[in-house]
Amino acid sequence: MHRTEQEQAVLIREISGVDTKKCMKCGKCSASCPAYEEMDIRPHQFVSYVQNGNVQALLESASIWKCLSCFACVERCPRDVKPARLIEAVRLMVIRQRGENALTANEIPELLNEELPQQLLASAFRKYSK
Amino acid sequence: MQRIGVFVCHCGSNIAATVDVVRVVEAVAKEPGVVHAEDYQYMCSEAGQLKIRQAIEEKNLTGIVVCSCSPRMHENTFRQAAQRAGLNPYMVEIANIREHCSWIHKDMEEGTEKAVILARAAIAKVMLNAPLQAGTSRVVKRALVIGGGIAGIQTALDIADAGYEVDIVEKTPSIGGRMSQLDKTFPTLDCSACILTPKMVEAAAHEKITIYTYSEVEKVSGFVGDFTVDIRKKARSVDMSKCTGCGVCQEKCPSKKAPSEFNRGLNTRSAIYTPFAQAIPNVPVIDREHCTKFKTGKCGVCSKVCQAGAIDYEQKDEIVTQNYGAIVVATGFDTIKLDKFEEYSYASSPDVITSLELERIMNAAGPTKGHLERMSDHRAPKSMVFIQCVGSRCADKRGKSYCSKICCMYTAKHAMLIRDKYPDVEVTVFYIDVRTPGKNFDEFYRRAVEEYGVNYIKGQVGKVVEKGDKLLVQGVDLIDNRRILMETDMVVLATAIEPNPDVRKIATMLTASIDTNNFLTESHAKLRPVESPTAGIFLSGVCQGPKDIPETVAQAGAAAVKVVGLLAKDHLVTNPCVAKSDELLCNGCSSCEKVCPYGAISYIEKEVNDHGIRENRRVALVNSALCQGCGACTVACPSGAMDLQGFSNRQILAEVDAICR
Amino acid sequence: MQVEEKKEFRPKIVAFCCNWCSYAGADLAGSSRLSYPADVKIIRVPCSCRVNPMFILRAFQRGADGVILCGCHPGDCHYTTGNYYARRRMTLLFSMLDYLGVENGRTRVEWVSAAEGVKFSTTMNEFVAKIHSLGENVRLEDLRCKRD
Repeated sequence: MHRTEQEQAVLIREISGVDTKKCMKCGKCSASCPAYEEMDIRPHQFVSYVQNGNVQALLESASIWKCLSCFACVERCPRDVKPARLIEAVRLMVIRQRGENALTANEIPELLNEELPQQLLASAFRKYSK
Repeated sequence: MQRIGVFVCHCGSNIAATVDVVRVVEAVAKEPGVVHAEDYQYMCSEAGQLKIRQAIEEKNLTGIVVCSCSPRMHENTFRQAAQRAGLNPYMVEIANIREHCSWIHKDMEEGTEKAVILARAAIAKVMLNAPLQAGTSRVVKRALVIGGGIAGIQTALDIADAGYEVDIVEKTPSIGGRMSQLDKTFPTLDCSACILTPKMVEAAAHEKITIYTYSEVEKVSGFVGDFTVDIRKKARSVDMSKCTGCGVCQEKCPSKKAPSEFNRGLNTRSAIYTPFAQAIPNVPVIDREHCTKFKTGKCGVCSKVCQAGAIDYEQKDEIVTQNYGAIVVATGFDTIKLDKFEEYSYASSPDVITSLELERIMNAAGPTKGHLERMSDHRAPKSMVFIQCVGSRCADKRGKSYCSKICCMYTAKHAMLIRDKYPDVEVTVFYIDVRTPGKNFDEFYRRAVEEYGVNYIKGQVGKVVEKGDKLLVQGVDLIDNRRILMETDMVVLATAIEPNPDVRKIATMLTASIDTNNFLTESHAKLRPVESPTAGIFLSGVCQGPKDIPETVAQAGAAAVKVVGLLAKDHLVTNPCVAKSDELLCNGCSSCEKVCPYGAISYIEKEVNDHGIRENRRVALVNSALCQGCGACTVACPSGAMDLQGFSNRQILAEVDAICR
Repeated sequence: MQVEEKKEFRPKIVAFCCNWCSYAGADLAGSSRLSYPADVKIIRVPCSCRVNPMFILRAFQRGADGVILCGCHPGDCHYTTGNYYARRRMTLLFSMLDYLGVENGRTRVEWVSAAEGVKFSTTMNEFVAKIHSLGENVRLEDLRCKRD
């Protein structure tokens, strides 16, 4: 089924539960983001892109894989917009289109490593599975 | 038999757009008792009122219903119109078909149907109305101002200049408020003390003004025109009549470890202190929590050095009871606590400060004698970062939902003053929006950028961390779409303001309504901005909403005029919608007396004539001057003897019936 | 056999609002154009404590499907303590109504200040939705009062 970009934007808002209209464009999300320099489209831009229906660019962006899912932007946003949820929703759309899990629960025990923060594993699981 | 007239207002298109006014007229004309029904563009206009008067006179109406806006808006207008036509003003009822109908519904059918039902309810009620006569009550020609900041001082001066007595109650040891803590004021950059101190002196010297400092309002009773207020004068431990204000006690006081409230805790003060040099009254206070004499009993240095013998360790709190005709709330504001904003390192680094703290640092009488320096190592900074909207415009629980209004301007002021006095200091401002509505305000902000080279960055700061003896600021520039990582010497937070935390307590005492942000509610957002919905209570300054100094002074003057308008009256017309007991039904149980919040009900022994049987009975008697008409007693009464005039049981039941019909 | 025409359920809802807070809150909802269903009809009373349980019983008797009482927030009553009386009286009344089979959802007490237009409108929307889910009230309705 083919969706227009506008329809995809609606879907992203639905999946994420984010109301992009609440954004007051302060940039606190990007200011707080530890992966900012790695991203081609920045967290505050994500909100604006979804609001304006520029979804194709988001689906192709590197940012959805660079986001650490640390939720600093969600924590700090003064308007309660939750940009990380948007990024997650776009990522989900990409994964669902591909229709494959890159990481299954069975693989996790092998990956356990005391050196790595638990959060990394949790976010990897969020990121690479449907 | 009642002869009712119904008048349906179009309110331009405000009502007529969603309510078919003509159909309402047709429907209500069929109601029993209605002998006249018409519609008009604007019922509240002179021509509309004339229509009402003519109908009353020509059709000999005994009651009228106006279907229009909220009774809170124009009930009085229509009552007066009725009175001019010789109808008792309490034979008027309003059906609110604007705020409660046309403005909230979009469907014409639905709106019209509801308007008819609301009109029927009002007709059913007015059929049972009885003519009421308003009584009168006295006006005490004296006003109370709570809070001695610029708002309170200006209100008091304006009332006093009009010839009325005013008392100011101030919680701290001196009047002056927040403005006395400021260094310079925007947009003219005149020194705050230079313009405030003369006003403080004028207030203190004014023969009509009495100032109670180090005092708090403890209890309020009564009502508009005649409030009774208990003021607690906290023990100063210094005899105000003897003290000469020489200041020796403060110099000699050995305990100098108390954080200075006036300097926002940036330095310390002695246990016996006046908050600042120009304090009024210039009489110190002993802070009993920090005084060695009060803590251990061993000291008494101040008493020994005081030539005037003014020190009095035995002094007790004193309660002054006074009557007032009007009360003005001018309790002002404080900055919010920053404990929920740990990303700015405010608690951990002394070089991250609030703007109000910067005011004290820049002030010649402040903790650094006016030298701009870091609080950690007293070094002069080479670069400074200002962060705007800290805690303002927050939809989450960390901050306040509103814009604090003053921060954009004072940040521009600070940036400009620093660039002017220390041109080698780099100043960067992170902003979301720069909001400068006000006379000469935007020009002021542009000067900071264009003439003084302040670097304004559209974006926010994500975090501030200590790095060596510097601060590392991580932010974003939204225009350049670029991450900013910069080292700086000082960070200044434009902290949101909030109403003085005491205001909730005071509002409760005054039964003045307050909003979810603790700002006092005004009677009408546009048309009655300085009056509380509670009669006789007026609002001045930031207690009503964020304001800068010019706005505060303007509002203070407006509040004063309203107070003077009230005090100038010889007497007030009282609300005749008060409780009334039917002595034949009263069984003397005292239930009503117990629930009355005003003590307006008493019991008397009285001879009653119950259908020919004369006997002495104990019956309730309502003092109509004290009764405020809440109706608590009417529900408590088990025998149905107590009823509320204007909102009687039968009237409300008739409304219920009409709505459920 | 007669086939009854299925009519759309239009509930009758009576809202008692105190003059100082909730009525003003309703006015604010109006001037802010915050809509709620037209089924709600407001009766102005000086204070929530003026509302006699008898008024609410009468409303149900006359076929009301829901009754809501709005007053100032506790501590903010214009008459200092009126809303405390209202709260106690309504607690008792509602438990009695529940006993009589009138569902608890048909009655409600809500504190709405003069500044809470949004709260007024959301409260009314919620309340009407609740009444819709409960359907018509037949428990206390006096058949003699029935018109059609």
